[in-house]
Amino acid sequence: MSEHNGDVNGNGGGGARGGLSLVPKTGVKQAMKDFKSDQEVRWCPGCGDYAILAAVQSFVPELGLRRENMVFVSGIGCSSRFPYYMNTYGFHSIHGRAPAIATGLAASRPDLSVWVITGDGDALSIGGNHLIHALRRNVNLNILLFNNRIYGLTKGQYSPTSEVGKITKSTPMGSLDRPFNPISLALGAEATFVARTVDSDRRHLQSVLRQATEHRGASLVEIYQNCNIFNDGAFDALKDPEQRDDITLRLEHGRPIASASKAARRTADGGIEVVPRSEVSEEEILVHDAHRADPSTAFALSRLDEPAFEHVPIGVFRSVERPSYDELMADQLAEAVDRAGSGDLDGLLMAGDTWRIG
Amino acid sequence: MTKQVQRLDRVIIRFAGDSGDGMQLTGDRFTAGTAEFGNDLSTLPNFPAEIRAPAGTLPGVSSFQLHFADHDILTPGDAPNVLVAMNPAALKANLGDLPRGADVIANVDEFTRRNLQKVGYEANPLEDDSLAEWRVHAVPLTSLTVRALEGFALSKKDAERCKNMFALGLLSWLYHRPTEATIRFLESKFAKSPDIAKANIAAFQAGWNYGETTESFSVSYEVKPARLAPGVYRNISGNQALAYGLIAASVRSRLPLFLGSYPITPASDILHELSRHKRFGIRTFQAEDEIAGVGAALGAAFGGALGVTTTSGPGVALKAETVGLAVTTELPLIVVDVQRAGPSTGMPTKTEQTDLLMAMYGRNGESPLPIVAPSTPSDCFDAAIEAARIAVKYRTPVMLLSDGYLANGSEPWKVPSAADLPDISTAFADTPNGDDGTTFLPFSRDPVTLARPWAIPGTAGLEHRIGGIEKADGTGNISYDPGNHDRMVRLRQAKIDGIARDIPPLEVDDPDGGARVLVIGWGSTYGPIAAAVRRVRRAGGRVAQAHLRHLNPLPANTGEVLRSYDRVLLPEINLGQLALLLRARFLVDVIGHNRVRGLPFKAEELAAVIQDVIDSE
Repeated sequence: MSEHNGDVNGNGGGGARGGLSLVPKTGVKQAMKDFKSDQEVRWCPGCGDYAILAAVQSFVPELGLRRENMVFVSGIGCSSRFPYYMNTYGFHSIHGRAPAIATGLAASRPDLSVWVITGDGDALSIGGNHLIHALRRNVNLNILLFNNRIYGLTKGQYSPTSEVGKITKSTPMGSLDRPFNPISLALGAEATFVARTVDSDRRHLQSVLRQATEHRGASLVEIYQNCNIFNDGAFDALKDPEQRDDITLRLEHGRPIASASKAARRTADGGIEVVPRSEVSEEEILVHDAHRADPSTAFALSRLDEPAFEHVPIGVFRSVERPSYDELMADQLAEAVDRAGSGDLDGLLMAGDTWRIG
Repeated sequence: MTKQVQRLDRVIIRFAGDSGDGMQLTGDRFTAGTAEFGNDLSTLPNFPAEIRAPAGTLPGVSSFQLHFADHDILTPGDAPNVLVAMNPAALKANLGDLPRGADVIANVDEFTRRNLQKVGYEANPLEDDSLAEWRVHAVPLTSLTVRALEGFALSKKDAERCKNMFALGLLSWLYHRPTEATIRFLESKFAKSPDIAKANIAAFQAGWNYGETTESFSVSYEVKPARLAPGVYRNISGNQALAYGLIAASVRSRLPLFLGSYPITPASDILHELSRHKRFGIRTFQAEDEIAGVGAALGAAFGGALGVTTTSGPGVALKAETVGLAVTTELPLIVVDVQRAGPSTGMPTKTEQTDLLMAMYGRNGESPLPIVAPSTPSDCFDAAIEAARIAVKYRTPVMLLSDGYLANGSEPWKVPSAADLPDISTAFADTPNGDDGTTFLPFSRDPVTLARPWAIPGTAGLEHRIGGIEKADGTGNISYDPGNHDRMVRLRQAKIDGIARDIPPLEVDDPDGGARVLVIGWGSTYGPIAAAVRRVRRAGGRVAQAHLRHLNPLPANTGEVLRSYDRVLLPEINLGQLALLLRARFLVDVIGHNRVRGLPFKAEELAAVIQDVIDSE
């Protein structure tokens, strides 16, 4: 049926399949204001979400995509209000389910740039299952996980990324559960693109988004985001000019993994340790290989911020090529047509054992 | 030896054996031969949820019942005329359903002391007079099969496994079934192992020849082809018909089909079937759970696909929140619920009509949606198209309530021509609809249907945001305004209620016109109710029959129909769910007849109930 091969079906495929190659480009120069919707932004004054919104709105024009081919899908939580503020298509869905809804959309519409906006509770608690499955399938999504390590919208309960012993309204004697490390979790699910950045560092945030959008398949970007009401200062160590350069380990492909005063090196047993720079020679410093197929080094890097904030890797942990889910699905559809031709309804209904009466 | 041929107008056969004995396959093949021969037919598979229960035990018994006739029939039949019992467990589990005088063909080889003990027989019933009221044919099916396959390089175990084909051959002889299609089927099924194919065919033919030569069977039976309306027919099960209906809906709506589903009995076959037809542009997505299945379908619908999710009751419970999201975002979505016995896991392979109230009300908030229920296995085809038509036209999730009885049962189906199917296509929004000519109002409404525009990503100028938070009428922006919420709740309800203008009125079948009793039903009870009504009428009783296909909204004349009878009887395989709705809505004193045994009604049982209601007039 020819009508099934129209724009909507987006069987697309073929040609270069990197990044956003299947998403139509605009010929018009875009600006940040083009991506601001007419809705009043209603986060608490001082919330880190404002910075992320501004960073995204000022970044997306450089992609040059048609605005109508961008979709922001979210779940529930403070961060999930994000789509209302983007002048694109948007779907503010239900708690935890954004990756599932976005999977259906991205799998059937390769011509769209689909973004998932989620938080630590949304993505890792109620929606944990959908997140890991979207990652393992390599659905063509940019997943921005705003991690503020607290439940904000429900007014301050501990979250699955809160540190052990967190005193909150629901844990007056301290939380008991060990937190998830979102990067480790994503790498465990064999995500093809995993990165971490910080709300207040617009340049870094945008450089990570750039790489995430160039990646075709699922990209998981953890963004440390300050909740100034219920968990203020959670990431201050990374923002404090006195110490940030010492504790931040910038991950850049092909570059040594080091902060101002520390560097990473292999241990004898194959692990990774961080030591004062003075104790290592330049040759000994581990060089970051984000494209390494084996995720174990990336995983070891994700464990370096234990204990928390002593040294924190920031940047792209892993970026490897693997066919995205929509491509694989479209390929099967195309292969089915190659094998037996397009579907013919009369032929289908008449197939098998039939008999005629009269 | 010349054998007598006796003519019958209808026969009910039940094949019963251990789960591993291949009874479903045997039944399917006998059905295919019967369909090819031109009888009308109806089937009822009945199998345990366990894939392989312990061999030879009562819980492990699997059966397949087939009713075929020289006239049109409505049910798989109440009681078998013939029981094929492959072991003592099969005999014991099914004997209670056998009327006096029925034939029992028992595989005597399996009636060993050990097997008898397993099911609590102290003596071999084939050897004492405990089966005197039936005509028992003790046939050594296993050893005859093994002997027939002596020339084949098969292990004894492999040879024994062909005994179901021997039984099929014998029954095919007994009822004059054509054999060519079964031979072709075996050749293709075992194409990769030609020796196994040949052995099965040899066993099948040996069974046939055994019937012809043995003295155990002195009579064979003939059931003439039925006189059905002219056309091309095929046999089809409810799940297959439903899958085909969804494909047809995709073609006739010109929307690519996206199925998000998670395996669950008895709905999985729809996923299996649809996943085989990718050349229709169908995307099937086996999700990580029920919630992701419906979520992905809804996401695809947002993108302009015909979004479908298929499940059974436990899955509907999990999907409820997402279905509510579809209600409030007003996106087309088809939710197929192949109902099974509940609550909770219940009895996965057994049928029930107990999800009606969940379909109606099983979501938070005022969350109305249309409900369509097919009445027979082949009707699942048309019901799927109807569900899609309503979903697409009214931008709403639609619940399609099939059940285990329809899903696995089968009947001949007059194959429609694609061109005769309704055109259910719709137009996506492509231009701004605001008064100023530049703004887009995603929650403005068609004045007649109250449907909102379906504007899909990729459409320039119509960028908009939707979500689960209450939306302002027209703009769709977040709104907590009390008046707006009240208006939106009523608009969503009015949209669904208004579908009553777009569905056929409830038809009443009352040939004499003088009935004072109406029997009404919905869904899969159609066949047993109609068969019961025939019985009552043959006996001189007057009864009218009506059957609901649309459960929400109900046809506009439903109240009028109910009120025009002195008595209204409503048989349901639940404790009175539709009765509750009809009584509440129309203040009519509906009389319920309710059984929840995991099995369809029997026509005889319903006929007696109808007669009782008539007599109590």
